[in-house]
Amino acid sequence: MTTTMSKHQEFLQLLDPSGERIPSADYDAVIADVDGPALLALYRDMVVIRRIDLEATALQRQGELALWPPLLGQEAAQIGSGRALRADDFVFSSYREHGVAFTRGVTPVDLVRVWRGVTASGWDPYTVGMATPQVIIGAQALHATGYAMGIRRDGADSVAVVYFGDGATSEGDVSEAMVFAASFQAPVVFFCQNNQWAISEPVGLQSPGTLADRPTGFGIPSLRIDGNDVLAVHAATRTALARARAGDGPTFIEAVTYRMGPHTTADDPTRYRDPADLESWHARDPIARLAAHLRSTGVLTDEAEERVQRAATAAAAELRAGCLALADPEPLTMFDEVYAEPHPELERQRAEYADYLAGFDDSDTHIDIHIDTHDDGGAR
Amino acid sequence: MTTLTLGKALNQGLRRALTDDPKVLLMGEDIGKLGGVYRITDGLQAEFGADRVVDTPLAESAIVGTAIGLAYRGYRPVCEIQFDGFVYPAFDQIVAQLARMRSRTRGAVSLPITIRIPVGGGIGAAEHHSDSPEAYFAHTPGLRVVSVATPQDAHTMLRQAIACDDPVIFFEPKRRYHLKGEVDETTDLATAPPLGSSRVLTVGDDVTVVTFGSLVPTALDAAIAAADEGVHLEVIDLRSLSPLDLDPVEASVRRTGRLVIAHEAARSGGLGAEIAAAVTERCFNYLEAAPVRVTGHDIPYPPAKLERHHLPDLDRILHGVDRVLGRASAEVGS
Repeated sequence: MTTTMSKHQEFLQLLDPSGERIPSADYDAVIADVDGPALLALYRDMVVIRRIDLEATALQRQGELALWPPLLGQEAAQIGSGRALRADDFVFSSYREHGVAFTRGVTPVDLVRVWRGVTASGWDPYTVGMATPQVIIGAQALHATGYAMGIRRDGADSVAVVYFGDGATSEGDVSEAMVFAASFQAPVVFFCQNNQWAISEPVGLQSPGTLADRPTGFGIPSLRIDGNDVLAVHAATRTALARARAGDGPTFIEAVTYRMGPHTTADDPTRYRDPADLESWHARDPIARLAAHLRSTGVLTDEAEERVQRAATAAAAELRAGCLALADPEPLTMFDEVYAEPHPELERQRAEYADYLAGFDDSDTHIDIHIDTHDDGGAR
Repeated sequence: MTTLTLGKALNQGLRRALTDDPKVLLMGEDIGKLGGVYRITDGLQAEFGADRVVDTPLAESAIVGTAIGLAYRGYRPVCEIQFDGFVYPAFDQIVAQLARMRSRTRGAVSLPITIRIPVGGGIGAAEHHSDSPEAYFAHTPGLRVVSVATPQDAHTMLRQAIACDDPVIFFEPKRRYHLKGEVDETTDLATAPPLGSSRVLTVGDDVTVVTFGSLVPTALDAAIAAADEGVHLEVIDLRSLSPLDLDPVEASVRRTGRLVIAHEAARSGGLGAEIAAAVTERCFNYLEAAPVRVTGHDIPYPPAKLERHHLPDLDRILHGVDRVLGRASAEVGS
């Protein structure tokens, strides 16, 4: 671990934007096993998740999803870190971590269930080792820290990893999580994707200094890395995971990246973002630089590229077909699983609403009359 | 049977829970060596170790939030919030996270967390040490909310709350911590009255008095005083504030036709409003008079020298009884 208590003006970069490999005395050994085929697998993941993300945006534009928060531009940060995890590690994320979810085995259609509005959770957290994505900014940092406290109690060597953004670093829960993680030396990795924007607010509003400087005040070592460099992300995450597994406690990673799309499909970044800024980040695209590197090393042949593109197309098709096939849930299922044990009042309300719904079964005329009456009343 | 204070009954209940289930752990501020500011965890850290009786940093949101993570991992945390007025920093973690996780995950994730909160006034305390925030939590789907009034209930219901697979907000009436009573510590949780049940304490045909927590002894005193004047009160201890077990209340009001509800919390939007509405819905035709609420005023908790004007006491409950009997004029505006 380097630069623990120093100012982080620079960041760790192992692949520059042109795709050239930059040697690192500290980190080359950490990724010595990441050979051509391994890098190609990361490339494939990044291309596939970008295609899934674009397809989900298209599905929203076509009215099939209520909303979608695109990850465009953050593929390296998410795939590079997610692929460093073990199956028995556990992820607590925010709502943009589709790439991380993908690495945990979440299917494309499970990614969009929540955004189609058919469920509050697209998957069972325990089957993939990843909690339901969190909407309240920063709240999941405490859950990850508590989970890590549990790992430590169990004497296990797995790790809890929490993903959050630059905006979340201003939330009290993230600071409190760092207090607890440091105090209890919990095996948790704080993975901050600094994508420069919290909806319309630039990162400079959250902190005048670099975000990676903040955790040192809590007694947590930190790393600042090029989040668009999948190798640097992978190396840093492995390093932080190894520290946690060895019982050396939490690490904070600031992955400097860029949200190339809107905050969500409901957002309009042209109101607050300089197009030139976006353009400069296009030149640092995480997929383009890995492709350039793999081309230069002869790993990414035309044939390999075609295989990757076919996989991406297949994933997008799977997403589209699965999304369109998602049926609306039965109304009374909303009463399920609010409580584990019997709750008479809720059962009464369920029965009451079931009776009400059953009243519509009599005839369609009945419904029309009911609605007409209602509308007349409103008009007056 | 042993004679225990309510506080000691809680302490014994925690000891029993820690003994019975290795996944139970206590978390809170000053609960270790000090044994908590009210000594409810007295001696437990020495007995069970600092890994199971955990002094936490001073961050209420984190106490609840990390408990959620621990429960995700299979633990059964019991959090102590030091005072009622200190729970608000944890509000998001309780109402937006803890309460919803089971529903959010369609039952995949259970969070069996108990949050103990000393509650209410009457101890001459500084600001933020006398609140009654129960309505916030009773209004939140996914939580169970209970309020104990006797040493036996303190012991049994705390063990039931910890064993419950739902999150439970567990209110302890701090001015009754020294109340003594007989406690059977061998009570079988399966055969004890369920956590969500209310209890009829005195049988009377004239007025139904519904209350919970700190005001239960006060209502019982009122029943004795009223009986001297030939008025017989049926006092019901709600015990559970979510769910509300109103069947015994309904049955009682069908006989008495008159309902008084007493609580320390502010009136507007309080539990009394819900109970009055529900009872009116259920047995409107049996009511001889509008339900009467005897509550704290709609003010921030007042300075200690004024709290006796804020908290319902014996005389105010008796005044409420007189009002519901038509023997006293209603308060202005009600």
